[in-house]
Amino acid sequence: MKEFMMVFRNAGMGDFKPTPEQIQTVEKQWADWFGGIAAQGKYAGGSRPAPEGKTVKPGNVVTDGPYAEVKEILMGFTLINADSLEDAVEIAKGCPILLVGGNVEVRPVVGMNS
Amino acid sequence: MMTGNELIPHLFRSEYSKITSVLARSFGFEHIEIAEDIASDTFLLAAETWGIKGVPENPVAWLYAAAKNRARDHLKRNNIFSKKVTTALQQSNTEVQEAEIDLSEKNITDSQLQMMFAICSPIIAIEAQIGLSLRILCGFGIEEIADAFLSNKETINKRLFRAKEKLRNEKVKIAFPSPSEINKRLETVLTTLYLLFNEGYYSLSQNITLRKDLCLEAMRLNYLLIENATTNKPSVNALLALMCFHASRFEARINLNGDQILYEDQDTSLWDTELIKQGEFYLNKGAEGNELTKYHLEAGIAWWHTSKSDTKEKWESILQLYNKLLITEYSPIAALNRTYALSKANGKQVAIIEAEKLNLTTSHLYYALLGYLYTDVDNDKAVGNLQTALNLAKSEADKITIAKSVNKLLNDNKTV
Repeated sequence: MKEFMMVFRNAGMGDFKPTPEQIQTVEKQWADWFGGIAAQGKYAGGSRPAPEGKTVKPGNVVTDGPYAEVKEILMGFTLINADSLEDAVEIAKGCPILLVGGNVEVRPVVGMNS
Repeated sequence: MMTGNELIPHLFRSEYSKITSVLARSFGFEHIEIAEDIASDTFLLAAETWGIKGVPENPVAWLYAAAKNRARDHLKRNNIFSKKVTTALQQSNTEVQEAEIDLSEKNITDSQLQMMFAICSPIIAIEAQIGLSLRILCGFGIEEIADAFLSNKETINKRLFRAKEKLRNEKVKIAFPSPSEINKRLETVLTTLYLLFNEGYYSLSQNITLRKDLCLEAMRLNYLLIENATTNKPSVNALLALMCFHASRFEARINLNGDQILYEDQDTSLWDTELIKQGEFYLNKGAEGNELTKYHLEAGIAWWHTSKSDTKEKWESILQLYNKLLITEYSPIAALNRTYALSKANGKQVAIIEAEKLNLTTSHLYYALLGYLYTDVDNDKAVGNLQTALNLAKSEADKITIAKSVNKLLNDNKTV
């Protein structure tokens, strides 16, 4: 098993305010997808950043949030153990972000020193 | 009133561990065997004396007094010896100290808790932790431990001897861990209690009384942790809640012949509602604070199983708890149960796709699950999977259960 990182990106939601039912549906899709990965013993950790935040640029330029100039924002990342890049890609195909026009970047994880 | 013959085994179970723990704490873990010997001798003396003179008015007080006397004699002898040796070697004049053996209720509880931390140590293998807990904390005989592990006396004796030696060599102390360490050490203790309970609940041993005793002892030790303010943590309450929910089905899950009755076929009037209520109480206690451990998740799943209703809400909740549980800690059993819950919540088609990814091809339970999922979807595949399950099943009980499902499917197919 090798470790892979999946990075989820999507366009920001703008002014769209989902209903509680919509939120619940999306949460269930993600929970079931993660649960399915974990049931194969392939889940290896992950995190979801909060919407607020700062971006630091050269010359000590600090801007609010990551959204200003980007079409896509980082929604979160997950680490998985998979047999191969192909296997990891197969898993990524079930990601709920694909249902709403987002994308998943799948990258093998190499150590900091390699 | 009980005669000495009935009373002694009963008292042995409850008092042996108390006496051993208190003595071992005052002698130090390196002398654990002396503590065990004195405790055993005390019961031997009780059997002899009570047989002749009758059972004393307060048998427990009698045992404590006798244990104290023997401990004092031992210390005196030991002091004379070590004093002689030290004088000869160093010409020093160490004061002979007569340690008082304190068998008060508080010291007994403290000693047992501290002994629990000493035994449940990652230094020794988990089977050894459970074995030593059963021997020292629960007063089980070697034969009973062997029976519970489906092993023999020699193997268990060797295992316990080696474990004690290892703990001695590592200079394990019978003491409370420091506040900074307590959570980590408590985790090991809870794992041992969890497995001790499971050993009783899922054991293949035919001795039903013994299996029940293992579960009750795990619950008693867990309760000791709840009674003490430093160890009364949410995870400890959650684990006791889990045990209460499972234990509530003791009477319903095994029939008079000792055969297992599947959850679906159980008589719910035999479920112990009092234990379910207690479980709910501890689960609420465990919900105080932010801690969410695997025991919380498992207790939540067990709570849903205390009602036999077949609602969408129930299976959706169980599925989500399994999703979280698997993310916290993978286990093949949880993966299979999660897939069953998935079929109940999201339908069999979805569950079949997920089940095929699990690849637990050495487990009869995996094929039994596939057999269930394919039933009424593709009955040929269902029969094929169940037959594979039958070939892989090891226990007689599992074989009978699976064979029943195969026959049912084949008969149903004929009538169509």
